[in-house]
Amino acid sequence: MPSADELRTRIEEALPGADVNVIDTTGGGDHFRAEIVSERFDGLTRIQQHKLIYDVFGDEVGGAIHALSIKTETPTRAGDGR
Amino acid sequence: MTNDEIKGFIENAIKENRVMLFMKGTPQQPACGFSMRASGALNALGVKYAALDILPDPRIREELSGVSGWPTIPQLFVDGELVGGSDIVLEMFESGELAELLGVEQPDLGEEPAAEPEQPVQQRPIGLENRLN
Repeated sequence: MPSADELRTRIEEALPGADVNVIDTTGGGDHFRAEIVSERFDGLTRIQQHKLIYDVFGDEVGGAIHALSIKTETPTRAGDGR
Repeated sequence: MTNDEIKGFIENAIKENRVMLFMKGTPQQPACGFSMRASGALNALGVKYAALDILPDPRIREELSGVSGWPTIPQLFVDGELVGGSDIVLEMFESGELAELLGVEQPDLGEEPAAEPEQPVQQRPIGLENRLN
């Protein structure tokens, strides 16, 4: 069963330099919320940004990871304080 | 119904319905919180949309993800293009981008999304459920 820490580590490995925060929303090890700030998102649509994250986990999303809620931001936007 | 027929049905649904939501359950009875929030956002905007319940046959979800490249449910398509899943739909709803995309007025966000559709939802795509029997 994946843990929030494991998900965070895997996202950080896939997107070096990203600021990643993952929480287990139910405590059950299958519903997660991930917030990621990364320069890699620059110039990408939201769809493309979220796909980058889904791609880290492949078939596990919908399998062992029942739900993965994602919020992506670029460093510039995160710095706006919005 | 073969997988190819399901795929063809999905592609047609995306093409023929300007606002097409694939969800778990129905707008009247969502079967998952994420699907409920996505249909709730559309309901709050008062737009007409078609909705298809992916639960009756696991192949619907498989074929849909093959078509869209998107692994999770719900999935919202507007003008034939994938807009996103529940996170993106909610973000765009809250920012007013979704209202802009759909050409409607942004509702007063002090109110929770309405529980019931303000306009009748097109029924036909839900008929996929019956075609699978």
